[in-house]
Amino acid sequence: MKTLVWVEHDNASVKDATLSAVTAAAKLGEVHLLVAGSGARAVADAAAQIAGVGKVHFADDAAYEHALAENIAPLIVDLMGHHDAFVAPATTTGKNVAPRVAALLDVAQISDILSVEGEKTFTRPIYAGNAIATVESSDPKLVITVRGTAFAKAEATGGSGVVEDVTGAGDAGLSSFVGAEIAKSERPELTSAKIIVSGGRALKDSETFEATIMPLADKLGAAVGASRAAVDAGYVPNDYQVGQTGKIVAPEVYIAVGISGAIQHLAGMKDSKTIIAINKDEDAPIFQVADVGLVADLFSAVPELTGKL
Amino acid sequence: MKIIVPVKRVIDYNVKPRVKADGTGVDLANVKMSMNPFDEIAVEEAIRLKEAGKAEEIIAVSVGPAKAQETLRTALAMGADRAILIETDAEVEPLAVAKILKAIVAEENPGLVILGKQAIDDDSNQTGQMLAALTGRPQGTFASKVDVAGDSVAVTREVDGGLETVKLSLPAIVTTDLRLNEPRYASLPNIMKAKKKQLDVKSPADYGVDIAPRLKTLKVSEPPVRSAGIKVADVDGLVAKLKELGVA
Repeated sequence: MKTLVWVEHDNASVKDATLSAVTAAAKLGEVHLLVAGSGARAVADAAAQIAGVGKVHFADDAAYEHALAENIAPLIVDLMGHHDAFVAPATTTGKNVAPRVAALLDVAQISDILSVEGEKTFTRPIYAGNAIATVESSDPKLVITVRGTAFAKAEATGGSGVVEDVTGAGDAGLSSFVGAEIAKSERPELTSAKIIVSGGRALKDSETFEATIMPLADKLGAAVGASRAAVDAGYVPNDYQVGQTGKIVAPEVYIAVGISGAIQHLAGMKDSKTIIAINKDEDAPIFQVADVGLVADLFSAVPELTGKL
Repeated sequence: MKIIVPVKRVIDYNVKPRVKADGTGVDLANVKMSMNPFDEIAVEEAIRLKEAGKAEEIIAVSVGPAKAQETLRTALAMGADRAILIETDAEVEPLAVAKILKAIVAEENPGLVILGKQAIDDDSNQTGQMLAALTGRPQGTFASKVDVAGDSVAVTREVDGGLETVKLSLPAIVTTDLRLNEPRYASLPNIMKAKKKQLDVKSPADYGVDIAPRLKTLKVSEPPVRSAGIKVADVDGLVAKLKELGVA
């Protein structure tokens, strides 16, 4: 089976999410990549270095700079003429583009896979991760998005892929990019961090969140996350949100501070290797999944913890 | 313009789903069902556009069992003008739903279709994008702001790392993210009035859509259970644990 993997990038470098998708695609057969962007030659060259990659299809066009689904989908559909599967990481870009491709190919999409069980058989979470479905596709071609935390990352170097230029139809004339507001952070990226310190509603306000959670995160070199309650209350921007509707993370250590543990939040973090919970309510559901729990008032416990590290 | 809002009847988001012992699915017998939370946001956004004078009519649509009428009545009570139920007891995959919606779009020719970004039962996050593909319309997914002006709509999208704004030519497809708005509650008088609003019942065959599933569910199982953890007595205990884990 020949698979085409969507390379997630910012027109300068390959994003880590791509590497997990390559690992999943390699289980299906020959791995080809698609780098679509504008002035993204460096990305194509870097992508060719990923271990196990055969061909890198490189489409360089101003219309592809912001990965608008209307422009990108027809390009992918073209390339699917000689590929059997399209694989994208389940990032916001992957989730935006892949179903548009699937519908144009008239195939069902398999979202957010956790494992490859056979050539056409996969597992995926449903009901906010409260159940795992094993599904088998009957379609002639596959369109798949991959949960990054479920697959190891392919080596970013050591490969010897060949970059081949391709051209697509370019601008579909339906949409245009206006602007972006990317939250600035010096800390590690949430989805790839080894340690995450996450805060919930109990943090009171953005100043308290900043004063309590950030020093602990910085001491541990951790990324900062949040529950939906903390985001909705405006303590932190929404790209900090961990959960069914936010980011799915699986770090080595996840420290949940003042988070009760609603099922929507657990859906985003319960595959973490070690979960640590600090909460003053000893009946909080978070303690049912926590490996290590401390029942204490976070306003005294967290500063004390930060001080002792 | 007209706005079409597809809504789905799903397990209530507060209910913890239970996997059936025989591994055929999730037990939905006697479980509280509600409108998918993202769809409530979609209905609310459509109503706000109407209140702002940017839409004339809102049509709520659902594909599902007879009981999905309740979900449509909820949408009508919130402020939708009429509803269409495409009744079937089969489980309908996103691709088939998108094909049914395409046929309805062809009939009604709405300026906007506003969907939820995903249903909290199958967690697919596909239907809106698929509808956009099938109708050849632009898509504004994961919207946290929708601004209709003239013949285009500016959609601010929640993307990894922050926000992004795209401009789409109308007609267009939009899918809602959680922060787009806070849905209103239907008042009792509006619930009563909703009972009198038009609700047409049709079938997938009326639109000539084959809803046979493309994916076969071989089994549904419980996720791996985490082994029980320990509680530490104080911060010193926690520090010791962190040292043991090699992170401090």
